[in-house]
Amino acid sequence: MEPLVKHEGKVVCMNRLNVDTDQIIPKQFLKRIERDGFGEFLFYDWRYQADGTPNANFELNTARAQGATILLADENFGCGSSREHAVWALADYGFRVVIAPSFADIFFNNCFKNGVLPIVIPTDVRKELAETHANGQWERATVDLEAQVIETDCGHRIAFEVDAHKRYMLLNGLDDIGLTLQYEADIRAYEANRKAYQFVY
Amino acid sequence: MGKTLFEKVWDAHVVKQLPDGQALLYIDLHLVHEVTSPQAFAGLRFAKRSVRQPSQTFATMDHNVPTVNPTDVRDAIAKKQIETLMENCREFNVSLAGLDSPFQGIVHVIGPELGLTLPGKTIVCGDSHTSTHGAFGALAFGIGTSEVEHVLATQCLWQNKPKTMRIRLNGSLQPGITAKDVILGLIAKYGVNFGTGYVVEYAGTLISQLSMEQRMTICNMSIEFGARAGMMAPDETTIAYVKGRQHAPYGEAWEAAVSEWKSLVSDADAQFDVDIEFDVESLEPQVTWGTNPGMGGSVNGVVPDPADAATETEARAIRQALEYMGLEPGTKISEIPIQHVFIGSCTNARIEDLRLAAAIVKGRKVAEGVHAMVVPGSKQVKQQAEEEGLHEVFLAAGFEWREPGCSMCLGMNPDIIPAGERSASTSNRNFEGRQGRGARTHLVSPAMAAAAAIAGHFVDVRTFQSEGVTA
Repeated sequence: MEPLVKHEGKVVCMNRLNVDTDQIIPKQFLKRIERDGFGEFLFYDWRYQADGTPNANFELNTARAQGATILLADENFGCGSSREHAVWALADYGFRVVIAPSFADIFFNNCFKNGVLPIVIPTDVRKELAETHANGQWERATVDLEAQVIETDCGHRIAFEVDAHKRYMLLNGLDDIGLTLQYEADIRAYEANRKAYQFVY
Repeated sequence: MGKTLFEKVWDAHVVKQLPDGQALLYIDLHLVHEVTSPQAFAGLRFAKRSVRQPSQTFATMDHNVPTVNPTDVRDAIAKKQIETLMENCREFNVSLAGLDSPFQGIVHVIGPELGLTLPGKTIVCGDSHTSTHGAFGALAFGIGTSEVEHVLATQCLWQNKPKTMRIRLNGSLQPGITAKDVILGLIAKYGVNFGTGYVVEYAGTLISQLSMEQRMTICNMSIEFGARAGMMAPDETTIAYVKGRQHAPYGEAWEAAVSEWKSLVSDADAQFDVDIEFDVESLEPQVTWGTNPGMGGSVNGVVPDPADAATETEARAIRQALEYMGLEPGTKISEIPIQHVFIGSCTNARIEDLRLAAAIVKGRKVAEGVHAMVVPGSKQVKQQAEEEGLHEVFLAAGFEWREPGCSMCLGMNPDIIPAGERSASTSNRNFEGRQGRGARTHLVSPAMAAAAAIAGHFVDVRTFQSEGVTA
């Protein structure tokens, strides 16, 4: 996994509540057995009209949004289905950071497994960022995971917190399975003492 | 201080607690399906890893499966995904209830049915509706594909301990009101993210009155208000359900298991981070009008006006939903015409759901212009229903009687609804495009879906039952 220490990039703002993973990557694209190539299907039903032409009104299709790598989203982003394809699509499209007042749990965890940093910020801070971004006061931001701070190019400075374990894994681009296998002796000891109901008969 | 049900199950599964708050949690049962597993098996193969506990891993195919003729998969990409699961199960020695198995079905229907789902277990699956299994007092939650790979390789997961919430469901269900109305009513009241970060225990006077199937319907939709998992303490109903099932313990192991399960209740002095009470006595049949499961209310209500919303953001969400749904504020819910009825999904495709719908449909006809279908949750449910003659009731009324799978709940197979058309659906999500691009989904109970099929629009199943309709 690609480590994420510090990321500088253009920001796109999406003012929609409860964006679910069915919107992020619609079901017709879940049939592939590969992990890559989902970016072209990101937000497909919003991004494209029924005839396949781009929907000019959709946030990601504006001229200003081109090349964005940081998504400023709203409450409960990534709710619904557990499909990790949603994060694969965001990452493949180019997003490295998603900022929102809240995330759905499974989506939030999936981000960390794919080098995407989800950052939780307070609702009023989100509002201020969205309003000033809409006014054209800023375009880009730097996200420093080491220092746990976001800085916008108009001078906002927002501290955030990330769980220590997840932060360490992302800073170093580490694979969870490798870490877990260091605890093989513990797992074996646990398995030796399991109760009857823990087995399949 | 005493422990909650969740804490008891959690504590019994911690392999290693790290000082940074992460716990390595042992997973007793890993359910696998075709959509969220191929990349996980590919990861194992790439790293030359094996499945640590094939005997605790169980696979089926449900999402992609056609429901007219399941083995005739015409979508080449879906076919490849199904074949990939078969190959992966063979290579990694994992049990598979495939299309030719009498036990195939929706993963959350077959787990309990086969006795794989048991009280006290930790259960995961690459599917958010894994919360269903919490009805047995298991700690069950959905995971992403990277975590699927992690569990395959290590039989464990790293987790931060979630917060706890108790929801006391108090009262009794009035005639015509179902478990589906309870969970839809709860989400409509509290919103779609009030459970985020929590494991919920459903308690209260209602639970002991519910069958396992009703309990599963409630736990199934815990994820729709963001909860990591929903749980209910096992009781005599649970134990009676589990006993004698194919993969359940037997003999001495059964006795040992039952004595463990009896301790799986929250202690009287256990503390919850949040404790709420929800009265089910006054519930009316629920129908969603919007594009998430919280946008709903009584069948006797009206479509809300965005002007009445508390905040501008909410008003915008309602406007966006009504635009997608093609609805005007103030329209009576009971006057909304429907073109499709779907009775199925991991929420409502078990035998009791089908019996309930059949009782309403019996001797009546599906309204003209309505396409109605029943998709049983599993091969076993289908067989049971046919033994009881339910399929004949549905077929005589003009319903289609299909083969098991997820079907129109998410339309990954050919069962999709055309743009602009409207469904009464017993599934769990009314998201934009969920049942097909531009399709408009209204979530309801099996009884309400059956009544809507006959009437051609939503109707309060309580008046419907008493007045009757001439066939």
